Amino acid sequence: MHYEEQEYSKRLDLNTIKKLAVFAKPYKKGIITLIIQMVLLALVDAFFPKLNQYAIDHFAVKKTLDGFWIYCVFAVVLVVFQALNVRLMIHNAGTIENSIPYDIRKAAFKKLQELPLAYYDRTPVGWLMARLTSDVRRIGATLSWHVVDFFWSIFLVVLMTIFMLATNVGYALLVLSVVPLLVIISMIFQKKILHNYRKNRKYNSQITAGFNEGITGAKTIKSLGAEEHMLDEFKKVTTEMRNFTIRAATISSLYTPIIIFLGSIATGLVLWKGGIEVRGQITSYGTLVLFTSYAVQFFEPVKQFARVFTELQYTQASAERVVTLLETENDIVDSEDVIQLFGTMFESNREEWPKFKGDIEFKNVTFRYKEGGNILENFNLTIKAGEKIALVGETGSGKTTIVNLACRFYEPTEGQILIDGVDYRERPLLWLYSNIGYVLQEPHLFSGTVRENIAYGRQGATQEDIEAAAKIVNAHDFIVNLENGYDSEVGERGSRLSTGQKQLISFARAILSDPGMFVLDEATSSVDTETEHLIQDALNKALEGRTSFIIAHRLSTIRSADRILVIDKGRIIEEGTHKQLIKKKGHYYQLYTNQLIEEQEKAAFAQ
Amino acid sequence: MFNKLKLLMRFMRGSGMTYAISIVAVLFMTVFGAVTPLVIKTTVDSIIGDEPLNLPSWTKNIMEQIGGLAFIRQNLWTVLILLVAITVLQGIFMYLKGKLSAVAAQESSKRVREKLYDHLMHLPFDYHVKAQTGDIVQRCTSDIETVQNFVSGQLIEALQIIMQVIVVMGIMISMSFKYTLISIVLIPIILVITIRFFINMMKIFLQTDEAEGIMSTALQENLTGVRVVKAFGAQNFEMEKFDEKNRNYKNLNLKIVELMADFWSGTDLLCMLQHALVLTIGTFWVVEGDITIGTLIAFSSYAGMLVWPLRSLGQMMGFMGQAFVSLGRIHEILDTKPEDYTEGRKDVPIHGEIVFDNVRFEYEPGKPILNGLSFKIEKGTTVAILGATGSGKSSLVHLLLRLYDYQGGHITIDGVELSQISREWIRKHVGIVLQEPFLFSRNIRENIRIGDASINDEDICRAAQTASIHDAILEFEKGYDTIVGERGVTLSGGQRQRVAIARTVAKDVPILIFDDSLSAVDTETDAQIRQALRERRKDTTTIIISHRITTLAEADKILVLDKGCIVESGSHEELIAKEGLYKKIWEIQSSLGEDLVEAMPAASV
Repeated sequence: MHYEEQEYSKRLDLNTIKKLAVFAKPYKKGIITLIIQMVLLALVDAFFPKLNQYAIDHFAVKKTLDGFWIYCVFAVVLVVFQALNVRLMIHNAGTIENSIPYDIRKAAFKKLQELPLAYYDRTPVGWLMARLTSDVRRIGATLSWHVVDFFWSIFLVVLMTIFMLATNVGYALLVLSVVPLLVIISMIFQKKILHNYRKNRKYNSQITAGFNEGITGAKTIKSLGAEEHMLDEFKKVTTEMRNFTIRAATISSLYTPIIIFLGSIATGLVLWKGGIEVRGQITSYGTLVLFTSYAVQFFEPVKQFARVFTELQYTQASAERVVTLLETENDIVDSEDVIQLFGTMFESNREEWPKFKGDIEFKNVTFRYKEGGNILENFNLTIKAGEKIALVGETGSGKTTIVNLACRFYEPTEGQILIDGVDYRERPLLWLYSNIGYVLQEPHLFSGTVRENIAYGRQGATQEDIEAAAKIVNAHDFIVNLENGYDSEVGERGSRLSTGQKQLISFARAILSDPGMFVLDEATSSVDTETEHLIQDALNKALEGRTSFIIAHRLSTIRSADRILVIDKGRIIEEGTHKQLIKKKGHYYQLYTNQLIEEQEKAAFAQ
Repeated sequence: MFNKLKLLMRFMRGSGMTYAISIVAVLFMTVFGAVTPLVIKTTVDSIIGDEPLNLPSWTKNIMEQIGGLAFIRQNLWTVLILLVAITVLQGIFMYLKGKLSAVAAQESSKRVREKLYDHLMHLPFDYHVKAQTGDIVQRCTSDIETVQNFVSGQLIEALQIIMQVIVVMGIMISMSFKYTLISIVLIPIILVITIRFFINMMKIFLQTDEAEGIMSTALQENLTGVRVVKAFGAQNFEMEKFDEKNRNYKNLNLKIVELMADFWSGTDLLCMLQHALVLTIGTFWVVEGDITIGTLIAFSSYAGMLVWPLRSLGQMMGFMGQAFVSLGRIHEILDTKPEDYTEGRKDVPIHGEIVFDNVRFEYEPGKPILNGLSFKIEKGTTVAILGATGSGKSSLVHLLLRLYDYQGGHITIDGVELSQISREWIRKHVGIVLQEPFLFSRNIRENIRIGDASINDEDICRAAQTASIHDAILEFEKGYDTIVGERGVTLSGGQRQRVAIARTVAKDVPILIFDDSLSAVDTETDAQIRQALRERRKDTTTIIISHRITTLAEADKILVLDKGCIVESGSHEELIAKEGLYKKIWEIQSSLGEDLVEAMPAASV
């Protein structure tokens, strides 16, 4: 997969219509109504000049008011009808415009909840965000306002042509003579204008990147005295942007003058022929006026048509990307048999779930990512329920992979993983997930209150449950000291709390879910000694009686594990208790002493 | 209001002439545009019909010159030529308006962008320590865009509308006063409704923006926290949570749709009624003999030239409100006082003798960081500083670069009071490698050159060699052309540090400071770098902040800092001779180090 934003794909093709049809389906009725509304709108718009013609020919020229009042009433009725139609049309188009994105976002979000972790490892969050925001918005706009503009412009052109031909073929041909040129020029210009607009957005993001870098790097820039240098570089970008935008503006400023020029030729031609014929009493004043109006009125629908036509190419690209997301294949799902027994991921039949004990066995497990070589090969490991396993090893050694496999975030490429003696693929995903307590190195909190964040561990938990969990992990005291206690906002991703506080809350959250199995990706980040003690204590309580995997950094945590596995290149190179491994004076001993220096030093400073 | 206009003028200043010309272009374009219906009217009334000419005398004279009405009636193509000619003129000015207003607005925003960038670079260090990056970036980008669009688009358009109203009304009144009154009778109502509508809408637009923000935050949190969501089996809960925000956003939008539908159809109705009024009453008066058919036709066009643009004027008022808010936000940054970069002495040669005499410094009043700090660093020596977090060691080096100013005591460099030396000068001569270095999104060569653009490739390699990163760089596929930083190759912490060291070393300065910046590289490389530095330039004064005993021990002098005071100072030998913090750290590190050495053979695989 590649994540370069594809601007617009090839040419318009039938595929686009098919793809858009998928999204349009639930709103078929609304869209058809919209098309009918646009026919009526265009009809009235095309009819308005006829109203002028009638007034001039029947009343003004003949100097009579016969039937004038009926005419007035008719005009007002027509106007009111048009306004009502506009009212309904906006309502209809606006509803579609906003409902389709809502539906797609909902469906895509659901899809994203089902997709395995592997998908997230290879898909940047920014890419997903763009799909669910700008692409979805574009699809909504196309199926509503672009439909409006498209059908209005086509019908208006067709209806005006019919009205003209019906009134006078000669004049009609005069006016229509400039239309092909009008269409060609509009197509060329609108395409150019829109492409320039997109390009302008790119320049804009460069400017944003420039500012971003200047601001985040300001401290470094100052300390290097590189202000002038940076400004010069930034000026290059702003200059490029200005030059491009001015070029683009030059092109778009040319468009309207050319169009009104064409319009004036048509009007002049009508006046020329018309002047002679009206004086010769061959044509009426009304007809002359009618055609001068039509000559000018062609401009707007043609412009709209050309614009929408170009926009469709971008929508096609958006639709393709969104469809790709919605159709992503999911390789970690409950099998048919499991669904039969336990229900789907979203409506799982919890009463049927087996009890979770916590025996875990890796049986000849081989694992590799879609690309690249084996990370684990014929890996075997047996863990008894309630055992605390510490995984030690360098970054990239495979510790995280082992944990990811145990949690079924990934599945083995070959071999099996048994939980309580049964291959976990025979159990519902949600059953396993609900039994995992997970504490991350950098705890991820959601914006909302402290209470909401702890309650995340178990939906429907009472205040007592929440407080009890917080007390177990020593979080209660600091929480009640926050400005609003449990109702304090944690800020976006917990930004208003310290790292230590976030960790304690994430422990409380994990405790509340009362998992059968615990995964701890321990933080290396330094917290003050007091918090460190609190966390340590919380940890011991949290892990008690639960099978646990600890990707450990703190010595005290490692020491307290029942078994320590030293992992290197996907293999267990040393295994045993702390004491056994120290005696061995191998890898573990080395890691341990390094760690010890650091910790003791910290302690020395703290005194 | 007056203040805001002043801000707007400040934004536009520098392109005043271009703005002025584009406004003149707007005027001509409007005039020519307003003439066309007059041509049609005259054609209909006097050339096709037999009404007497109702034109200013100079136009009549021109017509007499070419042969009078009779000639024109015989040669109606002249009307075609005239119409096209007028439109061409109108088109030319329309093009000029479009082009010039874009040029002016682009120049203005380019200037303001650069000014902002420059200003941000020169805001005090402290500002950047406390800065909310996202907010500032937004002010520098989308706020400028809002103002720019307003200036090049909506403001010019509003001027055009106002001019058009004046010109068109003038022509209309000259033709028929009472008909003019009828043609504008509904316009005040339309105007009031529109302006009020868009001012009220601002609030709802803001709410919608907010709802969208909340929705995307929820989305982003879900996506970045996908492990947590999965591990707690909270998919259902997340879906409900997202759906609520998604729905809320949709509902707010639907509310806007309803309001918009009412507004547009309502004002459409009024505008169309105004048209109908012009048509029917005009027709009535033609029948009565009050006005000519040509006047009726011209007024039908003119009514359109008043009604629809005036309706959009209300929308411009909405945009104007937005633009003023953005302007205010931009100027909040520009009005923050920058540090004085150039003021002070530039003539002092800097060799590297540093004296701190009873220096006091605090970030916040009442919380002193440095409390009467005194020491002397001889030119060309290496001084190491040891201290816990918060002991004041980073503040100390920040003071040396004049990133902050001390509040009491004296700092002298080669005998000159630091506060009298210009910031520009001092930063040119003091190099610092920060604890968390920032690499820029460009290639390694550019990154190293950033502190001194004048150095050549050879200097760059030499600096990289000094920083022990040259070999690692060559291992990259693209060598020195490898892009690093946010959008490039991810370097390890140690590699980043070493590039940063190369960058600072490349400046070739007499005073060099390492703010705990050697800790991310391993002990061996650390020693290599220090060795290379000594060979590179013997007379450099070097200050090293570190925890690593091997690093500290080699320094000419070691200062142990605690709570803003020096608690121990001296050479390694002197310090381990007495009981203190330094000795304690030394013991921890060296004893375990020996153990480690013992264990090594067993561990080597």
